[in-house]
Amino acid sequence: MERTIQGASLQTQGLEKQFGDVTVLKGMELTVEPGEFIAVVGKSGCGKSTLLRLVAGLEMPTSGMARLDGKPVNGINPEARVLFQESRLLPWKRVIENVRLGAPGRDRDRALEALRLVGLEARAQDWPGVLSGGQQQRVALARAIVGHPRLLLLDEPFGALDALTRLDMQKLIERLWAEQHFTVLLVTHDVSEAVALADRVILVEDGRVTLDERIALGRPRLRDSGFAHYENVILKRIMNVTDDTVYPKAKEFQYSI
Amino acid sequence: MDNRRRRQGLRAAVPWIVPVLIIVFWHISTTTGVVAGNILPPPLEVVRSFIHLLENGELARNVGISTQRAVLGFLIGGSIGFLLGLINGVWFKAEHLLDTTIQMIRNIPHLALIPIVILWFGIGEQTKLLLVSLGVFFPIYLNTFHGIRSLDPKLVEMGRVYGYKGVPLYFHVILPGALPSILVGIRQSLGIMWLTLIVAETVAADSGIGYMAMNAREFMRMDIIVLSILLYALLGKLSDSLAKWLEKSWLRWHPNFTRKG
Repeated sequence: MERTIQGASLQTQGLEKQFGDVTVLKGMELTVEPGEFIAVVGKSGCGKSTLLRLVAGLEMPTSGMARLDGKPVNGINPEARVLFQESRLLPWKRVIENVRLGAPGRDRDRALEALRLVGLEARAQDWPGVLSGGQQQRVALARAIVGHPRLLLLDEPFGALDALTRLDMQKLIERLWAEQHFTVLLVTHDVSEAVALADRVILVEDGRVTLDERIALGRPRLRDSGFAHYENVILKRIMNVTDDTVYPKAKEFQYSI
Repeated sequence: MDNRRRRQGLRAAVPWIVPVLIIVFWHISTTTGVVAGNILPPPLEVVRSFIHLLENGELARNVGISTQRAVLGFLIGGSIGFLLGLINGVWFKAEHLLDTTIQMIRNIPHLALIPIVILWFGIGEQTKLLLVSLGVFFPIYLNTFHGIRSLDPKLVEMGRVYGYKGVPLYFHVILPGALPSILVGIRQSLGIMWLTLIVAETVAADSGIGYMAMNAREFMRMDIIVLSILLYALLGKLSDSLAKWLEKSWLRWHPNFTRKG
């Protein structure tokens, strides 16, 4: 696979989305540099998934626009691939056939290569139904990257996985990102996941960007004090905890056995 | 290796234990005179008339014509049901227009139409074809419709993301997704197919297995009547096996159908 492909840049300008009477996004302004790894965090219902769906072209904005490399997004674009929380593999197609869906010209060799990158080329001829949840998600990842997308959109892709599988997937994504230089927009509600992976963490609250924090930590990220610092800053901001918030006093007596 | 093959043979024989026992019981009760010959003929007599009808070609002719009616009626009714289920499943406006009518017709027992169909077509082939088509139409229509509507919209969205639309989207995503449900419809309608045909041939026919049985009644030929009933049982089992085989070969990906048995 060629390694020269550059990630796409992404800008949103006054991006707004209404569903009926509810305004989910209220003038979202966001700029992402080519090859950057962005994590979007926020409470559920804050509009972060809608942002991703608008960028992917799965929904149309009510007003404003998203631009990919300066070109307005108006519909599904093969340069931007989405990995959803569910793997969404077609259960009636074998693993390799599922990956071929994403390959240019449904090319079989490229599909095998992508499966090799996620470490599943041995399962190419299996039905998706016999794979574990983590393996299915890796196949979905292979399907997303096989067409060399310039922007990878991840919509809580590890949400349904157990903690250890999740760590494996995070490592895999980080590795592929480092090798293939695509831009990543990761939507998650897990702040430590965001800090572990992203160059910048964006906090979305009530349809707007309310925090844009650059994570100045080296890679691979260690869970050290710097890591904890960023995690705390973002978590406090999300939970609206300020230093003068009154906590219940600690009990005066403590008993231990 | 030899042992394994023998065990497989035994496994295949298990479903036939009860039918064989019934025949043995039937043989004993009729030959010892517990059941009189004019109530139920002994099995050997049925076998004898089977051989006789086989030799004079009457059996082949009647079974052939019944099978032909069944298959033709199934194809006509089944394809209309499938197409309508498909159109109404994919296209909400079509459902809005047609579904009420289809549900009203569905609730008329199709066998209740026999008198009017006889008045229209007499006892010709159209009568049987119409009734069989009507009978198989509804299970296939309903299950195709249901199969498409219960398809996961997330998979359809995924298909669109990867460039499927129109006919390819239908062949790669919608149809395979609805297939388990469609096959349930096919299995149901195969049962209804034989049932309808039996009734139609018994009431209004001049050939076929049902006619053979009704004709035998006139001459008090109990053996032929019983033979006809057994033929229906065998044909029904045969078509059910066919449907099962279809499920097994088309739904290999489906965890529920991968068990070997």
